[in-house]
Amino acid sequence: MRRRIVATPGAWLVWGAVGFFFVLLAGVIGSVLVSSFGRRWFDTWLPQSWTTQWYGQAWHEFTLLDVLIVTVEISVLVVAISVLVGVPASYVLARKNFPGRRLLYLLFLLPILMPPITYGIPLATVLYKYGLAGHMAGVVLANLVPSIPFVILTMTPFIEQVDPAIERAARMCGARTGQVFARILAPLLVPGILAASILVLVRTVGMFELTFLTAGPDSQTLVVALYYTMSAAGIRAQQSVDAMAVIYTSMMLVLLVVALRFVNPTQLVARVKEDVE
Amino acid sequence: MTATTRTAPRTALRHRLAERGIDRQLLLLVPALLAVLILFIYPFAYGMGLSFQPAEGGVLGAYRNFFGDAYQRDTIGTTLQLALPAAFLNVAASVPIAYRMRGRFRGKRLLTTLLVVPITLGTVLTAEGLLNFLGPTGWFNRTLLEAGLVDGPLRLTNNYWGVFFSLVITGFPFAFLLILSYLSGIDPTLERAAATLGAGWWPRFHRITLPLLAPGLATTFCLTFVLAFSVFPSAVLVGDPAGTTRVISIAAYHAAYEAYDYSLASAIAVVMGVVELAVVAAVLGVRSLFYTGSTGGKG
Amino acid sequence: MSWLRIDGVTRRFGGKAALERLDLDIEQGEFIALLGPSGCGKSTALNCLAGLLPLSEGSIWQDDTRLDTLPPERRGFGMVFQSYALFPHLSVRKNIAFGLQMRRLPRAEVRRRTDEAIKLVRLEEHATKLPGQLSGGQQQRVAIARAVVLEPSLVLMDEPLSNLDAKLRLEMRTEIRRLHQSLGLTTVYVTHDQEEALSMADRLVVLRDGRVQQIGTPEELHTRPANRHVADFMGYRNLLPLKVTAVTPDVVTVEGSGLALRGTGVGTLAAGDEVVAAVRPEDLVVGEGGVPVTVEVVEYQGRELAVEARTEQGLRLHLRAVERPAPGDRITVVADPSRVLVFPA
Repeated sequence: MRRRIVATPGAWLVWGAVGFFFVLLAGVIGSVLVSSFGRRWFDTWLPQSWTTQWYGQAWHEFTLLDVLIVTVEISVLVVAISVLVGVPASYVLARKNFPGRRLLYLLFLLPILMPPITYGIPLATVLYKYGLAGHMAGVVLANLVPSIPFVILTMTPFIEQVDPAIERAARMCGARTGQVFARILAPLLVPGILAASILVLVRTVGMFELTFLTAGPDSQTLVVALYYTMSAAGIRAQQSVDAMAVIYTSMMLVLLVVALRFVNPTQLVARVKEDVE
Repeated sequence: MTATTRTAPRTALRHRLAERGIDRQLLLLVPALLAVLILFIYPFAYGMGLSFQPAEGGVLGAYRNFFGDAYQRDTIGTTLQLALPAAFLNVAASVPIAYRMRGRFRGKRLLTTLLVVPITLGTVLTAEGLLNFLGPTGWFNRTLLEAGLVDGPLRLTNNYWGVFFSLVITGFPFAFLLILSYLSGIDPTLERAAATLGAGWWPRFHRITLPLLAPGLATTFCLTFVLAFSVFPSAVLVGDPAGTTRVISIAAYHAAYEAYDYSLASAIAVVMGVVELAVVAAVLGVRSLFYTGSTGGKG
Repeated sequence: MSWLRIDGVTRRFGGKAALERLDLDIEQGEFIALLGPSGCGKSTALNCLAGLLPLSEGSIWQDDTRLDTLPPERRGFGMVFQSYALFPHLSVRKNIAFGLQMRRLPRAEVRRRTDEAIKLVRLEEHATKLPGQLSGGQQQRVAIARAVVLEPSLVLMDEPLSNLDAKLRLEMRTEIRRLHQSLGLTTVYVTHDQEEALSMADRLVVLRDGRVQQIGTPEELHTRPANRHVADFMGYRNLLPLKVTAVTPDVVTVEGSGLALRGTGVGTLAAGDEVVAAVRPEDLVVGEGGVPVTVEVVEYQGRELAVEARTEQGLRLHLRAVERPAPGDRITVVADPSRVLVFPA
């Protein structure tokens, strides 16, 4: 079949809208990138001269290494706990029909549907009451709230498509529940668990509100540190904030490239099961 | 046949429970359930309790404070004025674009990958970028001035539009990718069948594809709306946090961490949750009017 | 005393009984086939026996041990699934060794027994392959080896041959029978193919709508089906709705739709009863002085010809012929009274 060379007006409109979006995106990213390398940039198209000093400055001034380590520690903990807690639950939801199953599903859906601020503020209050907030423990706990349901919602459809006869076969070979999990299900679920983990990782690194509400000075992740430096503008050069933002984005981009090796882009945003009302 | 074996023909309790789907495997649910109960339901209930125990003003004092003060009450309207149009634009723009891109073409993977990039930007880079790019001396205004389209720079940041643009940048890719996945879940042979019955592209779209897509659109709208409704950092950074973009989450944050009025903060959080769920329920209510069965595809 | 006893096992799905009071005693080393059309409850029975479905009523005993309260993994049965359910991420060898490893047997013994099982099903060359790389017949053999390597007290097979093509099915039938004889394994085999069941099993259980219709040896079922449903299933293709005209101790005479037959009554019958006369096509032959019919369709089937004919009143008959009649020919057919079974309608 030959391709049409002349596009219809509708096609022009559609591609125009996409083009506009990408121009906006390129402008946003480009101006931050240019600014982070510019020595002085005021009323001109481009900065007068170039430098990389802002990166060094941001790195030292904001103790970025520590922040990065904290970010990685928190994210890894959140991913590990939510997978350990979420996967067994999604197994039961995928395989069994019991009274209250739909209600439970709704309960797990709720933390994803609610804006983080609405439960973040009371959660932070409770965590402060028990002395957990302000430390890494509080940040991890708060981030578990949307992460566990997220793992459950991603893994349930994945488990549903594994043939249940395989588990039965393992049972008939004498394997107990734990063994069925460890020897048969876990290897089969690795791709799904990997995808869910990366999605949770991306979301945790990017999660602002919950971390912001529960973090103390030495348990800030990169996003929160960024927000503080930016809203305390004036003290520091804007360019070093730009440099820090670029570092953050590069880190997320690396995660994203890894993620895209395992998951379809459409799954990155959400995977909500259709029968939930 | 011994007597002992004959006297126990009753069905074991184990079977009777298993019949109803109850067995030891349900224990696997316990950790997740506990986590949600302790970290989500309990704090929420605790917060709700706090909201009814203000320092002064009786049980409903905090709510009266919130609704009695125009500066506080108007945050609901401000938030909805930002979130509803942004969510609507994101969904409405995604439909024709996704519809055009539902087939296979070269570079589709690249395009969808590029659309994921905004998710990695994070609020701060988006905010910085918008301030730089759309600011009075940014590239955008510079281009408009050079081209002679405007006399003075347009004011696009530190106001409603700055926040709106940031919501589009983060929300549009999200809506687009979701709608694209819903669209590819619709069996393409349905449209081909319609074509053989003499339907042109518009009847095919609005009689076949759109009704099948409608439930997906509703879900997408809800999720995009939730994202936009909880806008907080960008409202502070690119908006006008004391005026036109004082959204409800800013009000809640101020009450909790600047005024230290946890009762008011909890009340605001509850109001926020109720308003959001009301919008979601309304949209899902409309959705239930549509066909929601199988769309015949692999989806 | 029988070795395995199924006592009134019932399974209901949402109030509807998929299996109604199944009583069955199984002797050690027996090959039992559960036979019936799809939806008759035979797979339900097998899954209840395996412990994969809870019972609504009844119990299962092995000697004096109650089995139905044990989870499937502790019953010590082996099972071959219809879809084979091979572990897709494990090689043939690891699939077969899985059950042995679950029993924590010493490594050397696992190796020895796995090797034996692989040899038994003749898969030596494929031992390191993944299930996805095997043909249907090979996958089937892996599934069987995986079930028998544990030397289970009972092997359950759920339509194991239904996914194979006709030639392979015949081969595997012999193979399963050979394994059963050489290993002496007690087997419960579910199938909807009466020929398969008759050729393999020591005893058959015919099920219909969740109820047992008849239990017996292949010969018993073949020559003396207990009711018209079993007869239908056992290849009595002619099921003729007729009326009894005369009853003697040996012979029942039935008539209707332009034909008269003499047959053997099953159950108590009296003149005037509405009945169903069941005759196999091979017992209805062209002969002098029988029922006049018109030939409609003739099919060549190797040594014989399958003929479909109609009486004047329009009743359709299936019969066998040695010489080819032409469609439209008028012939007469006869049947041996001992081969015509008359069931109450």
